[in-house]
Amino acid sequence: MDEKSPSAYWRKNLRLLVTLLVIWFLVSYGAGILFVDFLDQFRLGGFPLGFWFAQQGSIYTFIVLIFVYVWRMNRLDRQFDVHEE
Amino acid sequence: MDTLTLTYIVVGATFALYIGIAIWSKAASTGEYYVAAKGVHPVANGMATAADWMSAASFISMAGIIAFSGYDGSVYLMGWTGGYVLLAMLLAPYLRKFGKYTVPDFIGERYYSQTARVVAIICALFISFTYVAGQMRGVGIVFSRYLEVDIDLGVIIGMVIVFIYAVLGGMKGITYTQVAQYIVMIFAYTIPAIFISLLVTGHVFPQIGFGAEVQDTGVPVLERLNGLLTELGFDEYTSGSKSKVDVFFIVLALMVGTAGLPHVIVRFFTVPRVRDARLSAGWALVFIAILYTTAPAVAAFARTNLIQTVSNAEYAQLPSWFQTWEHAGLIAWQDKNNDGRIQYHAGKAFEGAPQFTGEQGPQGQRLISNPPADNPNELYVDNDIMVLANPEIAQLPAWVIALVAAGGLAAALSTAAGLLLVISTSISHDLLKKNLTPNISERGELLAARISAAVAIIIAGYFGINPPGFVAQVVAFAFGLAASSFFPAIILGIFYKRMNREGAVSGMIVGLTFTFGYIVYFKFVNPAANTADNWWFGISPEGIGALGMIFNLIVALVVSRLTAPPPEHIQHLVEDIRVPRGAGAAQSH
Repeated sequence: MDEKSPSAYWRKNLRLLVTLLVIWFLVSYGAGILFVDFLDQFRLGGFPLGFWFAQQGSIYTFIVLIFVYVWRMNRLDRQFDVHEE
Repeated sequence: MDTLTLTYIVVGATFALYIGIAIWSKAASTGEYYVAAKGVHPVANGMATAADWMSAASFISMAGIIAFSGYDGSVYLMGWTGGYVLLAMLLAPYLRKFGKYTVPDFIGERYYSQTARVVAIICALFISFTYVAGQMRGVGIVFSRYLEVDIDLGVIIGMVIVFIYAVLGGMKGITYTQVAQYIVMIFAYTIPAIFISLLVTGHVFPQIGFGAEVQDTGVPVLERLNGLLTELGFDEYTSGSKSKVDVFFIVLALMVGTAGLPHVIVRFFTVPRVRDARLSAGWALVFIAILYTTAPAVAAFARTNLIQTVSNAEYAQLPSWFQTWEHAGLIAWQDKNNDGRIQYHAGKAFEGAPQFTGEQGPQGQRLISNPPADNPNELYVDNDIMVLANPEIAQLPAWVIALVAAGGLAAALSTAAGLLLVISTSISHDLLKKNLTPNISERGELLAARISAAVAIIIAGYFGINPPGFVAQVVAFAFGLAASSFFPAIILGIFYKRMNREGAVSGMIVGLTFTFGYIVYFKFVNPAANTADNWWFGISPEGIGALGMIFNLIVALVVSRLTAPPPEHIQHLVEDIRVPRGAGAAQSH
């Protein structure tokens, strides 16, 4: 199989997507909802930890995720020579 | 100078700015009108997206909702931000590569079907009209409260302003106006929050302040709030009362709904390249997060402030803002035990909104005719007051109050303009050009776009002046319908090459019908049954769009396997939108 084929590009893209979306799920649905009671026994400054994830931490993580995605995709586009001029 | 004059000056100056920008950026072609000729810088587009996205509800109501629901309010914080991750990774870059103007465009071409296009047009129109009515009302409310003009007159002034810059400037005018509106809005929101955080905790950043200790006490803000609330019989602020499954589904519906809203998606058609679309979603979320991470801090501070000011205080001794907002009908007090003091406890003081009799009680309070509920609570507080009255409660200078008024108007106007553009594009481009009258000239299409924008403004204004009683309840509709119709159809169209017309159309119809039916049943047909015991799997109408999306996905996948694969050229189209190179070519449409 051609290393630089469109399907190889697409597979790498999907792998990146899945990784990032797993983190997306864990910080919001995981830490902010499903395990919020467990995490609330810990503290982050004056915040119960689960509550902090629900009202602050998840949002910060979302931002980081998008910028990591942008950076990795730009690199991938160049690697596979499908980037825009 | 008094607050009112100052408010007039600030609001007047911002309006002049918006109109100036519109004249400078007048749209001359349909490409400029629909997508600003795809020439918007990603950071500017991020800012415009943020202003487009953050509506009157985000600006005025959200902090109040969180203040009164504590942890449960987190559904809006996560739900209305997490959708941008989905947008950035699953939709924006591919739709930009596709390179047309609208969501119905994509659905219509990808599924080689006019039926699919028409279903998409109907959804886009329904979602946008639902949403825009609320914005015009928001404009009226801000006018009446800060500028002491009639709500109806306020709506009309708002209509005129939006008319000028949306009809003239199209997407180009709207984009640059939204950048200005974002700046006004974010200053108006964060400055009072910073002042209050400094006052209470000594921290400049409210995001840190509400996790810090109250000055001179050593007790964290949230801990003290929990203490105050439980003492008065409320639930703890930091723990929720909604069921986990419901919270889960509401967050999912809001996230997926956000990613499926046509006025948000269309913003990513306006940037020059695919990688700008990705980057732009990141910037949009940065700008949105500045407000969304401040909101929960405002909520916690404001709730504490409210309790400390009113609980067991003598009515006659209250600061003047209490009467101001009582006069506006956002606060009401029913002295159930006739002791002249305000008892603030859990439970509603009475059912519904306060009905003022026009008479005054022994303390000078406005009397209300609602029958008192059987609990000790005597206080009615509207959610909106937490942001609107915040500067006064914290005794901030008059220019901050003027700025909040301008910010509220900016939030409502920017969202209204974005929605009106979707409505006018749906009609002139999707319905006329691509469906009914394909031979329409460029000039004719541009004229049709402007006329439909004008008509849409008049309809929106009508609903702003005569709000249907259900406006507040139908927000669930906009998100539920976007989640259960657009989102799966677009995702499958990009990520599943085998998805065909039959699958997509039947999926959209099942998702829509189910979600629509569920919401209508519990909100309108049988509101008495709208309790957790009767909900499917314990999912409230607010979260049902997520289940509708799952049904849509299942039906679409099953039907597509049972019917013929899409034609060759469609499969090539899908392969083509998956790689960034060549997006520039679509510019010369």
